[in-house]
Amino acid sequence: MSLDVEILARFQFALTIMFHYIFPPFSIGTGLLLVIMESLYVKTKNPVYEKMTRFWIKIFAANFSIGVATGIVMEFEFGTNWATYSRYVGDIFGSPLAAEGIFAFFLESGFLAILLFGWERVSPRVHLFATCMVALGSIMSGFWIVVANSWMQTPVAFHIVGEGLNARAEITDFWGMVFNPSSMIRFTHTIVGAFIQGSFLVISVSAYYLLKDKHYEIARRSMRISLIVAFVSSAFQPILGHIHAQEVAEYQPAKLAAFEGHYETQKQVPLYLFGGTDPETASTYGVKVPGMLSFLVGDDFDHEVKGLNEFPRDEWPNVSLIFQTYHAMVALGIYFIGITALGIILISLKKLATKKWLLKIFVISVIFPVLANQFGWISAEAGRQPWIVYGLLKTSDALSKSVSAEEVLISIIMFMIVYLLLFFVWIYILNKEIKHGPEEVDLDQETDYYHRKERLGFFTKRD
Amino acid sequence: MDYQVAWYLIVGILLIGYAILDGFDLGVGILHLFSKTDHDRRIFLNSIGPVWDGNEVWLITAGGALFAAFPDVYATAFSGFYLPFQILLVALIFRAVALEFRSKEKMKWWRNTWDRAFATASIIASLLFGIAIGNIVIGMEIGADKEYAGTFFNHLNGYSLLTGLFTVSLFMLHGAVYLMRKTEGNLQEQVRKWTFRAFWIFIVFYFVVTAYTLFLKPQMVANFSFGMVQGDFDKHPLIIDNQYFISIVAWLVVILNFLAILNIHRNVVKKKELPAFISSSLSIAALISLFALGIFPNLMISSIDPAFSLDIYNASSSLKTLKIMFFVALVGVPFVLSYTIAIYWVFRGKTTLGENSY
Repeated sequence: MSLDVEILARFQFALTIMFHYIFPPFSIGTGLLLVIMESLYVKTKNPVYEKMTRFWIKIFAANFSIGVATGIVMEFEFGTNWATYSRYVGDIFGSPLAAEGIFAFFLESGFLAILLFGWERVSPRVHLFATCMVALGSIMSGFWIVVANSWMQTPVAFHIVGEGLNARAEITDFWGMVFNPSSMIRFTHTIVGAFIQGSFLVISVSAYYLLKDKHYEIARRSMRISLIVAFVSSAFQPILGHIHAQEVAEYQPAKLAAFEGHYETQKQVPLYLFGGTDPETASTYGVKVPGMLSFLVGDDFDHEVKGLNEFPRDEWPNVSLIFQTYHAMVALGIYFIGITALGIILISLKKLATKKWLLKIFVISVIFPVLANQFGWISAEAGRQPWIVYGLLKTSDALSKSVSAEEVLISIIMFMIVYLLLFFVWIYILNKEIKHGPEEVDLDQETDYYHRKERLGFFTKRD
Repeated sequence: MDYQVAWYLIVGILLIGYAILDGFDLGVGILHLFSKTDHDRRIFLNSIGPVWDGNEVWLITAGGALFAAFPDVYATAFSGFYLPFQILLVALIFRAVALEFRSKEKMKWWRNTWDRAFATASIIASLLFGIAIGNIVIGMEIGADKEYAGTFFNHLNGYSLLTGLFTVSLFMLHGAVYLMRKTEGNLQEQVRKWTFRAFWIFIVFYFVVTAYTLFLKPQMVANFSFGMVQGDFDKHPLIIDNQYFISIVAWLVVILNFLAILNIHRNVVKKKELPAFISSSLSIAALISLFALGIFPNLMISSIDPAFSLDIYNASSSLKTLKIMFFVALVGVPFVLSYTIAIYWVFRGKTTLGENSY
């Protein structure tokens, strides 16, 4: 049996990173919501907000611990499976990973202790500070890892030293590497995507409670906060996506062409809403907006967009895969704007709690941002192929020379079993925490605040 | 001193930090199944509950620092230790998840299963760390292309299995000493008894490993032998120029290490928990320092040809990266230390169970 190390190593990376990436966006998104909720508690002293914060911290903790545990694998996988890559670009790529450890992980993990266990040991203000630091740490972690990944997409600030086997890339400008052409826009796009995913989790659970008519006070407040965050984030995302696409068009034209199944360089290139593409016949079909891609990339319907035919056939990414993932991501993004806008309108009309069908949609909608974030990353990463560092190093040249296909296969099987188990445990625990719900709030305690909130509240009263 | 040496020290300090801090987490895990009641096991888990995650970050940061400063070592070590490393990662995953989820259900089978996973993962992780250290001491099949040319089974030689068990005993003792500080009453008495047993197991391994190391690799003391022992690699100018100073300091560390080990026993007898814990931490720091000094300036030793060994020069990043990251470390470390100390201060004292506990 002959096994291809490259296919297996890529499969392993895809498996471990996609599984890992279920969790950090939840942590980043719910982290932001925790900061908002706890700030409201410290400001208003309303015990509802305290119960609310405590409840969402439990949900946060279950996500966070699996995120950390599966993240360690990623930190070392460059060395285990991609040793040649690590040697070739370690001079540049290692720095953001080390910075992530020093600036982000220590911050997160240190203050996480206070977030989870510190309620009785520190004052509410210090606890809020810890919550802010954990949220900040998770965003900074996102920053450094997206910087590292963006350098692989748009490598700058380096020169090649040595020849043949000893050749490697060395850094010429640290800040040039950190603020490479794609890092800031990709960071913003990724973090906003995480805000959407985290708030949809809170929306989903709150909708579930509203449907079951349980934990009403906490559910309606959580719903309001998370819907606003989700709507604002979703509404921003097309703008960020647009700027990002312009950057991709400039630095990774083959990737952009593959996003849209665009083969011949021409003007007035259409934008597909959905459809399909066949790289064999170089044909793309579906529902399209004429000239829209040209307009989006160059702010002009007559802008010329490079097609895939400009590039050697063996430098094309998997066109049909990333055409579909890219369009699925965009379609889901439009869905998020629509559904959250509808939710906010209904809240302001005080009719949300009576619209059971919409609440049911909210309950299941939590999986869509997870899918959108996964699809976005597949587009970005598969779109970079066959390069591991765009234009510099091919993926097939980046493997570990001392690792055999059998060894990779064994570890894939091991991780598949472990991750499958983890996934079910995570779902089980999450389900249990949600079924259990927050500690009940004693309404008498909060009478003073209740009326003020009613005036501000968007929600219908219970009838 | 150049930046390469500075980074050798920084990576060493990160690993010492990891071994001291996560060492007691692993030790608590190794001892976990010895406690029989659910209450005691929860005390154990919660004694490390708020801190284990931060402790593990020392390992992640050491990995990142190794990647940034010595990319060839990062590449050779992790691809060379491929399967052991994948097993280590799975063990660390299980430890984390077991801690988080173990007490979420009341069913006996649920808790027992996670308890076993937690203990097994801690034992395997400690064993694998020790095996890795052992292999680095006796050298690995590293070729001229800096790639590991051996197989999985080469890692499982007698010496490295011995250092693996030694590491398990070291962390077991360290964890027991830590637990004494976090427990009270009958449980503390019980832990105290284990500490004595762990101490004598550790002592046996300590002497066997020391003797076996000197027998197999007398060159491990070449760097601090007052110039009397020739290494199988060229000594670094820093060592040659300061050989008396370094040798005296190193032998003081050896003596202090020995005294620190005896001091663990003395303080456990006198029920002074903090000095015992400090002694145990110092012993770990001394052992790793002597190991690092022994192989300096190498990071990985080739058993094929000493010329193929990865040292701080042929495996390092460019001077520019080393300089930049040195300043990144200078900026970052005070923050790291200040909140590490703050967290330990907030969670000082005996472990009790509350509504947020594991």
